[in-house]
Amino acid sequence: MDFRITEDQAALMEGIRSFCMGRVSIDRLRELEGKGFDKQLWQEIAEMGVFALRLPESEGGVDLGMVEAVLVFEELGKAIVPGPLVWSHLAAGLVDGAATGETVVGGLDLTLADGAPHVIEHLEDLDILLVLRDEGVDKIDARSVSGKQVETPFDPLTPVSEASELPAGERIGDAGLSARLRLEGAAITSGFMLGIAETTLDLANAYAKQREQFGRVIGSFQALKHILADCYVRQEAARAAAYAAAATYDDPTVGDVARAASAAKIVAGEAAMKNARACIQVHGGMGFTWEVPAHYYWKRTWVYETVFGTVADHADTLAEVTSQAGA
Amino acid sequence: MDLRYSESDEKFRTELRGWLKQAVPAHGDPPPTDDWDGRLAYDTGWQRRLYDAGYAGINWPKAYGGRDATLTEQLVYYEEISRAKAPYIGVNFVGMLHGGPTLIAEGTDPQKAAHIPKILKGEEIWCQGFSEPCAGSDLANLQCRAVRDGDVYRVTGHKIWTSFAQVADFCELLVRTDPDAPKHRGISWLIMPMDLKGIDIRPLPTIMGESEFSEVFLEDVEIPVENLVGPENDGWRVTNVTLSFERGAAFASEMFQLQEFLAEIVKVAKRVTRNGAAVWDDRGVRREVGHLQAELDALWAMVKYLVSETAQTGMPGMRASAIKLYYTETYQKVCELGMRALDRAALARDDIGGLPNQQILYRAMQSISLTIAAGTSQIQRNIIAERILGLPREPR
Repeated sequence: MDFRITEDQAALMEGIRSFCMGRVSIDRLRELEGKGFDKQLWQEIAEMGVFALRLPESEGGVDLGMVEAVLVFEELGKAIVPGPLVWSHLAAGLVDGAATGETVVGGLDLTLADGAPHVIEHLEDLDILLVLRDEGVDKIDARSVSGKQVETPFDPLTPVSEASELPAGERIGDAGLSARLRLEGAAITSGFMLGIAETTLDLANAYAKQREQFGRVIGSFQALKHILADCYVRQEAARAAAYAAAATYDDPTVGDVARAASAAKIVAGEAAMKNARACIQVHGGMGFTWEVPAHYYWKRTWVYETVFGTVADHADTLAEVTSQAGA
Repeated sequence: MDLRYSESDEKFRTELRGWLKQAVPAHGDPPPTDDWDGRLAYDTGWQRRLYDAGYAGINWPKAYGGRDATLTEQLVYYEEISRAKAPYIGVNFVGMLHGGPTLIAEGTDPQKAAHIPKILKGEEIWCQGFSEPCAGSDLANLQCRAVRDGDVYRVTGHKIWTSFAQVADFCELLVRTDPDAPKHRGISWLIMPMDLKGIDIRPLPTIMGESEFSEVFLEDVEIPVENLVGPENDGWRVTNVTLSFERGAAFASEMFQLQEFLAEIVKVAKRVTRNGAAVWDDRGVRREVGHLQAELDALWAMVKYLVSETAQTGMPGMRASAIKLYYTETYQKVCELGMRALDRAALARDDIGGLPNQQILYRAMQSISLTIAAGTSQIQRNIIAERILGLPREPR
């Protein structure tokens, strides 16, 4: 057992990190408000191997595992890179052109939804919409979806459209595939949310060291220190849970894959949500302004919280696990 | 990054499990908590069994009779002893986890020879004389005075929270040998035999009604100078050798027990009814259980991450503070859920209506101490904020 990041994995993360710093800076995000991403950025993300990461080399992929996928999405999450990243990653190998970025794939997880209206992210910029249903996976031409773009999305970098019904589309997989994509989506999303939890702590910590009140930096007050220490604990719990979900996925002999993914989605989801909120709180009044990007992280967290199972959904799932364990 | 135990870890597991299967039932049930003679015999007897089977001092160096197991073997060890419901380390705690390791690191050859083998065999019990009424979180503020007088130190002071004082043979005692030095620099570490004249032990009942720890009053106690461990006035460093002898892998035991306890609570929730339905039928309760399950799984993963890191660097990282903080608070949440599952039955500490009141209430009360002992949660947060996040230090 060696649960640490290998040198190769660290190098992979470093590559994504420098790409994000160069190409998806906060200033770039400000420019992309209302849109989220453009064709060029999508192409660049694809060229970094984000979508083709787990595809076999024979299919033009990078042939890496879920651990690498979670680490890459952790980096993307640190930079809150916009767009339907997880869906396009899941679609690689299922939808032509998804892996190379030529086809932009978004999705909807309807396994727990009661139906319309459907809220679809980035619909205007999608080529294909994947729909997960209990009984299977449908592939829909996004242009055939009559959706109405919402004027003011909650996350300025995630435009959403409202659709009252969906065209039938093509069934490309059974219930098994649907469950697998949902599980993979939960694990990968955990990586992204871990990244959010990390950056929001870093931002809050940096501000606490620089902002002075009462003649001292506010980070010298225990009230602030303890908020930040709690952020650290949540970050480390999220890291361990997300990495464990990935490592278990890659080697199912070490545990229960679905259980690990549920735990990761809960713990990473809460870490992102609470750390993003703490980040705003630590910034005080400035944190409530549009200018300080703290709100970006909080708002994006909601985008990821509400897909591939919410904290509550996964808690329901895990309650059954505990119940079975004691039976 | 992988979570799979190696073949040799699994071989170690198989052997240990085989041994535990006969050794645990052979050792019988533990005595009541206030039967100190019984506990002494039970705990030291178990330590002897471990020793005879080659499992004593799982993390101690071989040169001192330990097993010197790898960190992953230690994880397996703690997992298996919990799974087998083997006796707790009990009265051997201070000797095995603090006193012994400190002597290994800092003791003289005669000190090591006199104590190490006996601690390992369960023939010598230790207690800890660190905290004082005015030296809790601020341990370095301790006032217990030791004055050199020929071949002895004359020691006068007042120690508190001393677990196992009633049965201990020796005490790892922190004393002030230089009252004029800055507070961290005038401290020394002494081995105090508990049968010396002038030692008065007064049990201090806990909220559980047990005499788990005591106050220890020292009145002109004469401790031989050769019982000094490490240089005089260097006791703070020696103490930190002890405190940093971290038990990363030992968390595995606690994780395992907490997992079993949570499953036990689910059983209670299925049996207790309220408003005509089982507590378990309450979705809020189920969701809380699921949430706690996620936290337990995350904790397990954190322990494995810590152990992997420690195996590489040789030093347990600061992550141990994060685990302690997270674990103790999760534990308290589990316990409170257990009490709520019992509903009105939680007012009885004895089993009623076929419910495991004793177990749940024992743990619920005990859990209160976890965020206080061994560094309060507030101190852990300060440690994380200062040493990991680099925020300004509190006054020392």
